[in-house]
Amino acid sequence: MSALIEFKGFNKFFGEQQVLDGIDLQVKTGEVIVILGPSGCGKSTLLRCLNGLEVAHSGSLNFAGRELLDKNTDWREVRQQIGMVFQSYHLFPHMNVLDNVLLGPLKVQKRERREARDQAEALLARVGLSDKRDAFPRQLSGGQQQRIAIVRSLCMNPQVMLFDEVTAALDPEMVKEVLEVIQGLARDGMTLLIVTHEMAFARAVADRIVFMDGGRILEQNPPEIFFTNPQTARAQQFLEKFSYVAALPQTTHTKELELL
Amino acid sequence: MASSGLELLWVSLPQLGKGAAQTLSISFLSIAISTVGGVFYGVLRTLNSTWLNAILRVYLELFRAIPVLVWLYLLFFGLPIFFGLSLPSFWCAVLVLSLWGASEVGEVVRGALHSLPRGQREAGESIGLSGPQLYGYVLLPQALKRMTPPTLNVYTRIIKTSSLAVLIGVVDVIKVGQQIIERTYESVLIYGALFLFFFFICYPLSAASRVLERRWTHA
Repeated sequence: MSALIEFKGFNKFFGEQQVLDGIDLQVKTGEVIVILGPSGCGKSTLLRCLNGLEVAHSGSLNFAGRELLDKNTDWREVRQQIGMVFQSYHLFPHMNVLDNVLLGPLKVQKRERREARDQAEALLARVGLSDKRDAFPRQLSGGQQQRIAIVRSLCMNPQVMLFDEVTAALDPEMVKEVLEVIQGLARDGMTLLIVTHEMAFARAVADRIVFMDGGRILEQNPPEIFFTNPQTARAQQFLEKFSYVAALPQTTHTKELELL
Repeated sequence: MASSGLELLWVSLPQLGKGAAQTLSISFLSIAISTVGGVFYGVLRTLNSTWLNAILRVYLELFRAIPVLVWLYLLFFGLPIFFGLSLPSFWCAVLVLSLWGASEVGEVVRGALHSLPRGQREAGESIGLSGPQLYGYVLLPQALKRMTPPTLNVYTRIIKTSSLAVLIGVVDVIKVGQQIIERTYESVLIYGALFLFFFFICYPLSAASRVLERRWTHA
């Protein structure tokens, strides 16, 4: 079966700086890809290119048999197929939850209000927020807002969902409720591309880990292999940093004592 | 004296009313056109088109740098000479005040749109909204709160500046007042009335602006 999404020799610059360098990546329908790497390695940019929020410079990006880097690409149409969820949710603050969710289905897809509303209510129920449909974003916690943002994208019935560090702005106790929603989507067989720093989650949900650094993909492997036996020195280093973070409290504790 | 003063005001009222109607129609037409034009201007300024921005900047700077009075003279006396197009003084005043007001309102709209988080635009785009939908449903409704108080202040300035129209021959409330003074020498009385007239038109606007600003910055 051919790939749903295929990056080939994909390059992207911000001014002089090359942020994506010769990206080759294939994603099959139903696959869950988690992209890992240090900050500034280009992983968010990669997702944003797929949604047309950034424009690539060269190479090719194929989605469902279409070349997206074509000048005549109808991004409005593509974006309905590729949902995107952002780090800071970006709900529309002047609309209540239901209006946030229904804006795309009603105005972009011109769907029947009743039918769209039924779907929106079902999705809200699925993320456990049925009772919040008339609330405004500012009345909701970060975790709730992010779940609504996911529903807003899902209600467009996309083929693919992109998650760009969606738990990075959340308080720790809210991370789980959001990750569970994403995990549910993965279980249902949705195609997902996820950028995250939640290693345990990555390990649990991914079919494949893509490790990036300096704008390149250094490694692509199933999570068992990536986490237990990383193939590149850079990936090893990266994973060690994360185990170091886990050990950090003790170190600072001793330091503090010394300072006293 | 006091009774004759009031009497004078009373008999002058129909005439002053006619002048006031001129002042108010020029003001409100200009305000309406400025608002519509200003929203277009503000939206166009946020489209990141280099040449469009350049043109709009020139327009803005021309109206910032050149006094409204000069514009009035330029169009009122210049249009007939250079284009053989003579505009009645009333419409000339509306045109100049509208062009000036649109540049002022436009900068307010641009600033309000610009101050919205970038993520709002991206979130709207990512669900496939078209440009007009993005502005109509997402960006402008949010900008409305930020732009209303300063826009009300522009309105009061348009109303006050409309008095310059006298100088190209519009018989507005001030002109009528002057005519009455010429006949009766009751300058204090008539200017007092004009004072109250402008105050009661403009003060509610600037008061509303202040109240809204306070309410919305704390919300």
